[in-house]
Amino acid sequence: MALPRVIPVLLLRDHGLVKTLRFKDARYIGDPINAVKIFNEKEVDELIFLDIDASKNGKEPPYEYLAEIASECFMPLTYGGSVRSIEQIRRLTKSGIEKVSINTAALENLSFIKEASETFGASTLVGAMDVKKNLWGKYQVYSHSSRKVAVHDPVAYAQALQGAGVGEIFINNVDLDGMMTGFDLELIRRITSAVDVPVIACGGAGTLSDLEQVVRQAGATAAAAGSMFVFHGKHRAVLITYPDYRELLHIRQD
Amino acid sequence: MTVIIDYHTGNLGSILNMIRKSGHEAVISDEMEVIKSATRIILPGVGSFDFGMHMLNTLGVVNVIRQKVLEDKTPILGICLGAQLLCQSSEEGKMQGLGLIEARVVKFPSASDGKKYPVPHMGWDHVKPAKTSRLMPPAEEVRRFYFVHSYCIQCRYATDVLAENTYSLRFHSAFEHENILGVQFHPEKSHRFGKEIYKNFIEQY
Repeated sequence: MALPRVIPVLLLRDHGLVKTLRFKDARYIGDPINAVKIFNEKEVDELIFLDIDASKNGKEPPYEYLAEIASECFMPLTYGGSVRSIEQIRRLTKSGIEKVSINTAALENLSFIKEASETFGASTLVGAMDVKKNLWGKYQVYSHSSRKVAVHDPVAYAQALQGAGVGEIFINNVDLDGMMTGFDLELIRRITSAVDVPVIACGGAGTLSDLEQVVRQAGATAAAAGSMFVFHGKHRAVLITYPDYRELLHIRQD
Repeated sequence: MTVIIDYHTGNLGSILNMIRKSGHEAVISDEMEVIKSATRIILPGVGSFDFGMHMLNTLGVVNVIRQKVLEDKTPILGICLGAQLLCQSSEEGKMQGLGLIEARVVKFPSASDGKKYPVPHMGWDHVKPAKTSRLMPPAEEVRRFYFVHSYCIQCRYATDVLAENTYSLRFHSAFEHENILGVQFHPEKSHRFGKEIYKNFIEQY
């Protein structure tokens, strides 16, 4: 039995860490390498780095800087941000990245996932989607880079990602990003019941109880969070933190 | 010197980083002479079984590894695919493994008893030693390690089993037979629990 995971998601911009609110208002929170060192001490299950600058502007991933980050990571590391070619994935894995998260490139061309999965194996690939409710309250997959809402239904799209060969699916809820008001359990439950691959839920976590709910009630394999692990108190003072293993035990036990 | 064999499969820097963090040194090499002079061998690996064996054959190091391990009794530690390559065969491929341990590698079923088990088995799991070993000496705290694999090891002899885990079926997450050791998990991605594995392998073997 694999233990449910609790994963900090860190946003990179120009070699700095930022945190957004509903995907906007990026606020600088510190030095990534320093954060990784703290997360090492805290023995985090895994880390996800998303380069929001690379995705927005279609830049190349910052390979050398990622290699520097990876050399400080004594836990699995996922990178996402503007990955759209086999050669980029090869360079990322050579830089010490275990898993590569693909978002826009998969939305545009699902066969890229298939090719990447055949080349690197499913366990290297995380299929990521940003989900947002439209004006009529219907869930839709949201394309962050081109600022357009795609027509895809999240459940059908998750199944398509699985079919194309991703090893995991990462669901980020745009409306709840940075809100710390709890996960959207309904959305996560719909997706976890429709696919076999592990699902990482992100967006909304504010408390340990939120993490527990998304795992136990919505069937997520992993609970991911940003704000909860970088902010402290109602004024959101920057504090890199992660629960002690003992605090997470009740999430992990059957 | 501890030699990490480089057969061009993925990033080996993370293993070297963890060994350095444990206070030791190692060299990454694909050269025959370096491998011949090794006092300890680490066989890493990410990828498929036949690809791994094909690369070892291409480098021409299969006989050197076998001779060092079987005749000179040089300690060897296989990691993930590296541990599987020490076995006799794998359902993943057609090629013979190094055959240094009497074990075979089988595929995880994706369901068991009506319950779904997504493959690969990916994530952290508790690992408890099944016998006395210098690699994992008795400890109060339960160790946990990071796993990523679609195939798993089954040893022929229970006496070789160092740890057993269950994920749709029972498999051997670590084995130890004299100087031949293997772990299915990734110590280089498992914090202090993994650091201890490299430290013990280098200091105790």
